[in-house]
Amino acid sequence: MRYLPLQPEDRQAMLGVIGAKSIDDLFVDVPGAARLSGTVPGLPMHATELQVERQLGRLARMNQAAGDGPFFLGAGAYKHHVPASVDHIIQRGEFLTSYTPYQPEIAQGTLQALFEFQTQVARLYGCEVANASMYDGSTACWEAIVMARRITRRGKAILSGGLHPHYVSVCETMAKFTGDVLETALPKLDGTAEMEMARLIAAVDTETSCVVVQNPGILGRVADLSELAEACHAKGALLIAVVTEPVSLGLIRSPGEMGADIVVGEGQSIGVGLQFGGPYVGLFACAEKHVRQMPGRLAGETVDADGKRGFVLTLSTREQHIRREKATSNICTNSGLCALAFTVHMTLLGEKGLRDLAALNHALAVQAADRLARVPGVKVMDGAFFNEFTLTLPKPSRPVVREMARNGVLGGVSLGRLYPDGDGRENGLLVAVTETTTGEDVEALCGALEEALA
Amino acid sequence: MSAINQSGWRPEMSAGGESDAPATYTGNRALMLEEPLLFEIGDLDRTGVDLPERPKVASRLAGLERNRPIGLPGLSEPEAVRHYTRLSRQNYAIDLGLFPLGSCTMKHNPRLNEKMARLPGFADLHPLTPVDGTQGALAVIHLVAEWLKALTNMPGIAMSPKAGAHGELCGLLAIRAAHEAKGDARKIILVPESAHGTNPATAAFAGYQVKGIPATVDGRVDLDALKAALSPEVAGVMITNPNTCGLFERDMIAIGEAVHAIGGYVYCDGANFNAIVGRVRPGDLGVDAMHINLHKTFSTPHGGGGPGSGPVVFSEALAPFAPLPFVEKHDDRYVLVEEETVAEEGHSKAFGRMVAFHGQMGMFTRAAAYMLSHGADGLKQVSEDAVLSANYILRSLEGVMDAPFAPSGPCMHEAIFSDKNFAEGFSTLDVAKGLIDEGFHPMTVYFPLVVHGAMLVEPTETESKAALDQFIGALRSVAERAKAGDTALKAAPIYAPRRRLDETAAARKPVLVWKEPVQAEAAE
Repeated sequence: MRYLPLQPEDRQAMLGVIGAKSIDDLFVDVPGAARLSGTVPGLPMHATELQVERQLGRLARMNQAAGDGPFFLGAGAYKHHVPASVDHIIQRGEFLTSYTPYQPEIAQGTLQALFEFQTQVARLYGCEVANASMYDGSTACWEAIVMARRITRRGKAILSGGLHPHYVSVCETMAKFTGDVLETALPKLDGTAEMEMARLIAAVDTETSCVVVQNPGILGRVADLSELAEACHAKGALLIAVVTEPVSLGLIRSPGEMGADIVVGEGQSIGVGLQFGGPYVGLFACAEKHVRQMPGRLAGETVDADGKRGFVLTLSTREQHIRREKATSNICTNSGLCALAFTVHMTLLGEKGLRDLAALNHALAVQAADRLARVPGVKVMDGAFFNEFTLTLPKPSRPVVREMARNGVLGGVSLGRLYPDGDGRENGLLVAVTETTTGEDVEALCGALEEALA
Repeated sequence: MSAINQSGWRPEMSAGGESDAPATYTGNRALMLEEPLLFEIGDLDRTGVDLPERPKVASRLAGLERNRPIGLPGLSEPEAVRHYTRLSRQNYAIDLGLFPLGSCTMKHNPRLNEKMARLPGFADLHPLTPVDGTQGALAVIHLVAEWLKALTNMPGIAMSPKAGAHGELCGLLAIRAAHEAKGDARKIILVPESAHGTNPATAAFAGYQVKGIPATVDGRVDLDALKAALSPEVAGVMITNPNTCGLFERDMIAIGEAVHAIGGYVYCDGANFNAIVGRVRPGDLGVDAMHINLHKTFSTPHGGGGPGSGPVVFSEALAPFAPLPFVEKHDDRYVLVEEETVAEEGHSKAFGRMVAFHGQMGMFTRAAAYMLSHGADGLKQVSEDAVLSANYILRSLEGVMDAPFAPSGPCMHEAIFSDKNFAEGFSTLDVAKGLIDEGFHPMTVYFPLVVHGAMLVEPTETESKAALDQFIGALRSVAERAKAGDTALKAAPIYAPRRRLDETAAARKPVLVWKEPVQAEAAE
């Protein structure tokens, strides 16, 4: 077996040193009833590298990849061009095959990269500090709610109707068990960002631990969070902002600048591919005064015995391996390599690249929205958006999406899939446009929509 | 002149005392290269990407555009590649040598896994692609699920948890949902003192009270103490098997029977599955739920701290409560069961959703490549070699260092030692730092908590006999120095990119983001 260096004579020699007759002697503590006599039944035997490549390659070819044709899917996962050097860096064995940096003297590479990552995320979000990553945006969102509960000692969170329905679902699942109270709402196709802000401002009260608002929202709407932040603070509540498309922050004022206390989100757009939903990277930032209530790992600056600058994992007294049941979270493994991909891509972009990329996304999205508005029967939503917007079709969008996909056009995410309960949302189609979208792609989508709606 | 990393940044020269070798102008020493922070070499106008001209359109952002710099310096591509390549060289990694971090299973990460995960059909697939266009991805998820079920002899599975601790949470939520379905919400989870910190943290995160169970002198769960702690309030027990002392819990079946008798469930922390994979199936030991770290047993890379993947297998009793989404095979077609299909597919007991999409697809593809490569026969050999190597280390060093459980029999895939025989003032930490100078990553230290000054050594099946012998020689040498009170050991490491780092200072006054030097001075 190509991954196993021990040879039969090595094994014999080692058994001799141990003083065991056979390998079975080393498994004596396993109850007899649970010892298998041979290999596990029902599984194939080993395969060559070529055989495995063939088997998995065949499965890969059965999928309709984003690059296979015109592509407009978003809803929390976005197709962006990732420079080739990002993947090269994260495949370096020293990053790929290292562990959590518990021995900082031989993990300065990971630790310094994480320190840079934390700084980039904090600045992007307009917050003072950020952690070294969470699993993904949805779990970061729940952790933020738990953190707000700890800070405010209140148990009610108000979730915006613009929060990604899967994020809502994750929070509802957890709240069912922890006893947190969640007030949720559904997005309205005929509403506006301003109406939702007004609703939330009216809803926040002195029992509220936090208001959770996604910007841009699930339908693509962009809102000014400033008044909501003031309303939260007036009632002693925190504002949690969720960002599922980090590229938007190259153009839009950050949630921190608008007054959000905790900003979390999905970092996938920068450096991490679509990967059918994972692994992604959760981003988590807040004000410095709340850092001891923050979940997850933190890299911090210090000096070594010679006085040289170096980095270590710090404030670990918040974490499970020290505090056990009193920890701020149970998170251990996070999303380190995806955080590295994020940081390398962000470094390649820089301020200029990120701003230009965001402006390009927005300009192409505006053009596409204007073109789609001319498709008979299609209505484009009103109001501000970044690179994603909602169309209202004259009939349910789900079969339309399927029909377009069969014709090679991945034309968007049906709101009918995200909101199975209907109530008018089933006619909504969420369309995302990025720097990877060409004019021909937009024409193909218009054509496919016309055909499907005819 | 090249602009690459020529910003004028200079590493701070050390205060001296490291060696008699003359200082260099740059602070570098040949291949030992210092590297500044991105913020010290990049600038806001520099970029490593080229973008096309954008069409001129009127903004539709309602005046919410940024009006201040963000503060994100960029680098050109050669500068960026060099910056991160230089940083990479300051990391130890499994690609460089033996990485005996107990309970972490640092085994070789095959590059075939990486190649397969990067096939465009997997890597460039959107999670909300219409299901007809995702049949190959769902087939991979289903394949990994079927392998894990077969390897554990357990009928149910949740694939979406993102890491081990997330899997623990999934298992406990299923247990809680099962109790609540019977109208019998319970409050307490029993956790042995030797457990990973994630166990009690997870139980608390899931809304349970945690009650500790002591260990016996031979490093196993005290069955009598466990039985005495059982009551109708106990929802279940979290057992790690093989446990964190590297020992198999001989009483596992009896533990399961006692817990089941009071209506509780057995959660098994599968962090140490590498010791038994292909040889022992946890379902045969009375386990109701167990997470499997694909980033340990199934060779997906640790990546400097993640991402991981922690699928959870379930017994018949808990299987119906597994969270959404999951993949089912109906004849030749794979179906993704999500919120909308729950009722019609008869999965109304599913306890909810744990992540936005379908779990760590990139890790499933890697694990699938590993499973198919090894096959049932290869995986059996994996656990045998892992256990053989750990016992070889245990018996080679038990005369040198205190090995508290060595007299009670063989260990599983990790060997545990203690600081008992070290000279006054010498600790486990000194041995760990001494191993760094010998060119090894240290073992896990000060864990499990039930052994004073613990050193937990997990070699995995990845090492040749020659590599094991070299490590044994190195550890013997460093341990002898600790026993002899060699004060030079207190200064270790001296050959690493950094000497011992001041963690106390880091925590006392945390510096978690880079600040402009001027600002930093003003703040002081």
